[in-house]
Amino acid sequence: METLVANVLLTFLVFIAIGIIVLRDLLGAVILLGVYSLIAAGAFVVMDAVDVAFTEAAVGSGISTILFLGCLSFTQHKQKPRGHDSLAALIFVVITGGLLIYGTLDMPHYGRADSAAQTHPELAVRFLEQSASEVGPPNIVTSVLASYRGYDTLGETLVVFAAGIAVLSLLGLKRTRREDEAPEHAPGDTPSADVDERR
Amino acid sequence: MKLYPRQRHRVLQVVTKLVIPFVLLFGLYVQFHGDYGPGGGFQAGVIFASAFILHGLIFGLQRTRAVLTPAVLRILMSCGVLLYAGTGLVAMLLGGNLLDYDVLAHDPLHGQHWGIFAVELGVGITVTGVMISLFYGFASKR
Repeated sequence: METLVANVLLTFLVFIAIGIIVLRDLLGAVILLGVYSLIAAGAFVVMDAVDVAFTEAAVGSGISTILFLGCLSFTQHKQKPRGHDSLAALIFVVITGGLLIYGTLDMPHYGRADSAAQTHPELAVRFLEQSASEVGPPNIVTSVLASYRGYDTLGETLVVFAAGIAVLSLLGLKRTRREDEAPEHAPGDTPSADVDERR
Repeated sequence: MKLYPRQRHRVLQVVTKLVIPFVLLFGLYVQFHGDYGPGGGFQAGVIFASAFILHGLIFGLQRTRAVLTPAVLRILMSCGVLLYAGTGLVAMLLGGNLLDYDVLAHDPLHGQHWGIFAVELGVGITVTGVMISLFYGFASKR
């Protein structure tokens, strides 16, 4: 049953990916990207990786969809129609994709007993058995993330911080629009004469 | 009938006002319950930021900026990283290794608990600050 659900979700992912490529409407493509992340999160839940699924749902289908929408407001909603499709590009993409798929053939199948994680379980067993007495939290993912692998998480936090600094220095936080200067109206405001009539 | 430009979204505005406190509360839950269930600083930071982004989308950037100014965000971003690194340095000052939380309290398990709490809080604060800053950056360029 679990395998069936996972397979259905993964098949959905393929169709959504094709849809994103085919769609010329960028707004629709962005929304499909959000759906893609949401279904990927569902697949992670089926594979018992709840923390990863949580992150995928929050970041992939939440924040990044909004940021893509923000980018769309700089541009048009329609992709520019191209005169012809380049054959060389198609061949290049097929070869690259084929190589990537060929690379995954070496990876162990999902849940296989003879995968590296199962044949060399020393680290996993140690975390599972010792983390309660060494670190404490019942969620071993948190123990590994914040305590055993504290350096890595510090590095990740620094990367997020650096990315924030980079985007701020590129985009800045200065106001560039006149309308931003004028206060906008919300429920609770009293009407005033200078507001134009719009429906 | 006179309508404000933004009054066309009145239903959205009312619903948003109802939803935002629960989003913030859920963010805090994910932050501080990460030891026991799925979640942690990163996810909590994103959820917390999404409440502010929702506010910005519905009520306009101007009002959200009034609540949380870009200057405050920059301070938050740095404070989170400093809290994380500072926890590691405090552990060093107390005689342990960097990010060795055992020495933070008399009982190593309590020390670990405090250390993870502080570190996850640092991650959450930084991620919140960065995500809202990204949104401000994109939204103010329109």
